[in-house]
Amino acid sequence: MCSLRGSIRPFLLLQFFSLLLLVANMEASEEIISSTADHTKFEALQRTFQSGPEVTKACLECHTEAARQIHKTTHWNWKFTHPDTGEELGKRTIVNNFCGAIETNYARCTSCHVGYGWKDNSFDFASEANVDCLVCHDTTGTYKKFPTGAGHPPYVDKPFPPKSKKIWKAPDLTHVAQKVGKTSRATCGACHFYGGGGDGVKHGDLDSSMTNPNKALDIHMGTDGLDFVCSTCHQKDGHDVSGSRYTTQAKDTHGIDVPGRDDNIRATCESCHDLKPHPVTVNNKLNDHVNKVACTTCHIPTYARGGKPTKTWWDWSTAGRMNNDGKHIKTKDAQGYVNYVTKKGSFEWGENLVPEYAWLSGNIRYKQLDEMIDPGNVVAINTFEGSYDDPKARIWPFKVMQGKQPYDKGNNTLVTTHLFGKDSDAYWKSFDWNRAIKAAMEAGNAPYSGNYGFIETTYHWPLAHMVAPKEEALGCDACHAKEGRLSKLTGFYMPGRDNYYWVDLIGWLAVLGTLGGISIHGLGRIFMKAKRR
Amino acid sequence: MSQIYYYSLFERFWHWSQALLIIGMLITGFEIHGTYHLLGFEQAIDLHTIMAWILIGLWLLALFWHTTTGEWRQYVPSDPDSMLAMVRYYVIGIFLGAPHPFHRKRAEKHNPLQRMAYLMLTMVIAPIIWISGLLYLFYPYWPSVGMEGLPLGLVAVVHTLGAFAILCFIPIHLYLALTTGESPQEKLMEMIVGHEAKNG
Repeated sequence: MCSLRGSIRPFLLLQFFSLLLLVANMEASEEIISSTADHTKFEALQRTFQSGPEVTKACLECHTEAARQIHKTTHWNWKFTHPDTGEELGKRTIVNNFCGAIETNYARCTSCHVGYGWKDNSFDFASEANVDCLVCHDTTGTYKKFPTGAGHPPYVDKPFPPKSKKIWKAPDLTHVAQKVGKTSRATCGACHFYGGGGDGVKHGDLDSSMTNPNKALDIHMGTDGLDFVCSTCHQKDGHDVSGSRYTTQAKDTHGIDVPGRDDNIRATCESCHDLKPHPVTVNNKLNDHVNKVACTTCHIPTYARGGKPTKTWWDWSTAGRMNNDGKHIKTKDAQGYVNYVTKKGSFEWGENLVPEYAWLSGNIRYKQLDEMIDPGNVVAINTFEGSYDDPKARIWPFKVMQGKQPYDKGNNTLVTTHLFGKDSDAYWKSFDWNRAIKAAMEAGNAPYSGNYGFIETTYHWPLAHMVAPKEEALGCDACHAKEGRLSKLTGFYMPGRDNYYWVDLIGWLAVLGTLGGISIHGLGRIFMKAKRR
Repeated sequence: MSQIYYYSLFERFWHWSQALLIIGMLITGFEIHGTYHLLGFEQAIDLHTIMAWILIGLWLLALFWHTTTGEWRQYVPSDPDSMLAMVRYYVIGIFLGAPHPFHRKRAEKHNPLQRMAYLMLTMVIAPIIWISGLLYLFYPYWPSVGMEGLPLGLVAVVHTLGAFAILCFIPIHLYLALTTGESPQEKLMEMIVGHEAKNG
C-alpha cells in the first residue's frame, strides 16, 4: 500500500503543476471578451472605408435587421406621436428656447442624428445605409461627427470652427468598425451631454462630467461604484431605447421589473428599487412619501454638480451686436463662462443649482408652432398635467430653462429661425431676423406676418440623473419649513410649511388668556389674604 | 393616624410618565407645526411618533387598570349642585377664606370640578387628539379605505386645536394643584409617595 501511494503522488503533482501552467498561459495570451464575436476577424471589416454609409453596409451584411429597427425609433425619426394627445412632437417639429428648431438648420443640428446626410427635407428616411451604427457603437473614442456635417464624421482632417486652429480629426473607419461594441456613457453622451449647442447646455443633469463620474456625482454611474452605463437603465428592445421625456413616467406603480410582468421599462427608479425603497424606521414617512414625491425630488438635491455649468438663460434679442471694427463679440462672466456671443445673444449659467418643483403626472404638452401664444405673459414652451389631487401625479424636480426668443408679433405664434447656412437669409450670415424667420417659416409651410418681436419663454426639463449618494438626499426640513423648497406649491396642506392664521391666533390667545386668568386669580388671592389679616 | 393612600403606585407612574410624554409631545408637536426650530423636523417627527405609541400603550394599561379596580368611578360626574358649589368657591369663597365645600374621601378623591375636568380631558380632548393624530400618522393609507376626500388641513386643524387645549390645561392644573393645598409641596408629595403628608 505504502509503496503504491509513493509512486502515484509525484505523478499527480506533476499533472497539477502542468495544469496550473496551462491556465496561466491562457490568461496571459488571450483576453476573454464577453462578446461572442471578435469584429477584427470579420472579413467584411478588413478593408478601407471611404464613408460612414459604407461601414453601415458592411455592418448590415451580418446585422440584417439593425437598420430597419433603427428606422422605427425616435433616435432616427426625431418624431414622436404622443399616444394620448396625438400631437406630433419630437425634434423635427418642436420649437425650443435653445437654438430654436431644426427647420432649415439641418446640417448643423443633424450632427447629432443617428444617420448620415440629413441636410434638408429631402433626406431619405427609408435608406438603410444612412443609419449611423458607429456613433453609438464606437469603443475607440475617435469617431466624432463633424459639427456641420449633417451627421457625417470628417473624412479628412479639417478645422472647426471654420478657419480656426482646432482640428477635427478624421477617424480611421476601419479601426473604428473593427472595434465596435456596446454603447457607453461616452457614446450616448457624445450627443446627450452636448444638447443645445455645447457641454451641459441643455439638461442640467447630463454633461461631460457624466462620462466618467464618481459615485458622489452619480451613485449609479460612478466608476468607483456601480459603474452603470446609460443602457443599464435605458434598456432597449430591438434598438428602441426606453425612457421618453414626452411621456415621462411620473409614477411607476409596477415596482421591480421581473420577467413576466407587464412593464419592461427599466428607466424608472421603481424598476429596481420597488415602491418601498427605504428601510422602515420609527416613522415610515419616507416610504409613505413615494406616492406623492418622485424619488428624484429628494435624491437630486442640486443639479449641474459635476463641475460643468448648465445654461439657465438665453436671450436671443441681444444677438447681432458687433464691436467697433465690425467684428463679432464674445465676452465671459466672472467665472469664465461665455455670457455673450454675437451669433447667439446673452447667456447665464449655473452650477450646483437647486431645482424647481412641480406636480407632474406624465403628460408633457408642447407649444406647437401653429398654437397661439399670449405675448403679455411668459410663454411656457412645455406644460404638463398634475396636481395634488391627481393620484398619478408626484412632485418632480425640474431645470427650468428661461430666455427670450423671436416670435411672430402679427400672428402671436412662436417662430422657427433660419440660423445656419451659407445663404444670405441665414441669421448667422446677415444677422437679419426678419429674413431668417421668413426663410424658416416658408420652408416649413408656416404662416409668418412679417413682423417679429421677442418673447420670454420657459422650458421645464425633468431631472433624473446626477443622483446623489443617499447621505446627501434632502432631509425633511428642506421642504417641511416655512420657506422650504416646496413653498411655491399650492393646493395641499403640508406640516411644517402651512398653518391656518386663525387657528394659531385663537390657540395662542387661549393660552395667553389662561395664563392671564391664573395670574389675576392668584394675585387676587394673595391680595385678599393680606387684607384679611 | 393611619395614612390614606390616594394614589396607587400605578397611578403615580401613569401620572408622571403621561406628564413627561405630553410635555414632550407638545415640544415636538409645535416644532412639527412650524412654530420654532429645536430638534429638526425629522427628529421631532420621530420622537413625536415614538411618544405617541408609548402613550397609547400607557392608556391601554390605564384603561385596564381603571376597569379592573373600579377606580373609573372616581370620574363619574357629581351632582350639579356640588359642582356649582365648587365654582362658587373658586370664584368667590377662595378669596374670602371660606371653607372648602368638598370633603375628600378615598372613594371620592377628586372634587366635583376635578372629576369633570379629568373626564373632559380623557373623554373629549384626548380622543380628539388620538383620532386626528392617528389619521395624520396613517395619511397615505386614506385612499385605500375610501377616505381620500378628507382634507389633511382639516385633520391638522383639529389636531392643533387639541394641542392648544392641552397647552391651556397644564397651567390651570399646575396652578390649582400647587396653590390650593396647605402648601405647594402637599399635592406634589401626594403624587410622588401616594399619601397625604402626615399631620405633625
